[in-house]
Amino acid sequence: MDESMRGERLRGSRASAATRMLAALALALAALACGSVVPASAREAQEVGDDPAAERHMMRLASELRCLQCQNQTLADSNAPLAVDLRQQIRELLAKGQSDEQVKQYLVARYGDFVLYRPPLKSNTLLLWFGPAVVLLAGLVALFLALKRRLARLESAQSNPQDADAESARAQRLLHEPIEEEGGLS
Amino acid sequence: MSALFKSLRFLLPLFVFLAIAGFLLKGLWLDPREIPSPLIDKPAPEFRLESLEDPGRQIDRKDMLGKVWLLNAWASWCVACREEHPVLVEFARSSMVPIVGLNYKDTRVDGMRWLAQFGNPYVTSLFDEAGRVGIDFGVYAVPETFLIDKQGVVRFKQIGPVTPELLHEKIIPLIQRLNA
Repeated sequence: MDESMRGERLRGSRASAATRMLAALALALAALACGSVVPASAREAQEVGDDPAAERHMMRLASELRCLQCQNQTLADSNAPLAVDLRQQIRELLAKGQSDEQVKQYLVARYGDFVLYRPPLKSNTLLLWFGPAVVLLAGLVALFLALKRRLARLESAQSNPQDADAESARAQRLLHEPIEEEGGLS
Repeated sequence: MSALFKSLRFLLPLFVFLAIAGFLLKGLWLDPREIPSPLIDKPAPEFRLESLEDPGRQIDRKDMLGKVWLLNAWASWCVACREEHPVLVEFARSSMVPIVGLNYKDTRVDGMRWLAQFGNPYVTSLFDEAGRVGIDFGVYAVPETFLIDKQGVVRFKQIGPVTPELLHEKIIPLIQRLNA
């Protein structure tokens, strides 16, 4: 009985560990879902903005733009001198009443599409946009064809018991014959 | 056909591997730091800046119209600019085209000292203390060099130091064509 109780407790603690893990996962997912707000790391780059709302707007926009000097960071993340300058530029353009789109155009005109973390749909980005879907589709088609062929073979084996018997006899033979006689590699 | 396909089917993974290896091999020779400039074959941006050596003198885009010229972004704090500088000094001796400096995010004192120390290949240097003109030209890593034609259109951009090879193989032939 003691044994079983211990087992019970063990199971209980396991269950609560699982619940904790699930809760942590749910939290992580929730945090991901809130990804539309400025990422926490963006706050690393401190700035002088007076108006917190305008500052948030600028940082949200900057977090979609690539820093040219340290290319794996966004303009919002980076402390590179150019990123600081460009944030200031974005701040001023927004203060002048320009839209997000106009600010992006301003940067694209100077640095090219490279500054955009979301590449635009163009003839030379078609492969980038649709490549993965095409590969997935090709995989699905290949899978479908393979399954269909297997099904056809299965059906023919069922409707033709002699064939099936012959097949299984051959399988038995292959399984039990010594490898040398089968001469696999010769 | 199907017999041939069957007999070669085991080679399929090899072909897939070779295709991926081919892409990766090409990737080895690509430089992600070299971002193609959208300014090529477009009019150079407007600018109006003080001269580095002569604070009272303003230079703007119109002053350079009618000439083929080089704009070279440099800074006293830029290490690669030191490497490039002798090449520009040497090229300036040929007086083939005026080279205008864009002294990018520098101080006057440091910039002037740098020119005194290493020689001055520039007809003048634009003093871009705030880096605004640099932004308009899409400068993101000094040194950068722009070749601008008589109509004020950007024809070529070099990111990183100008080398003697680049000068002789690309820039000089292009200058000769634009001047023809």
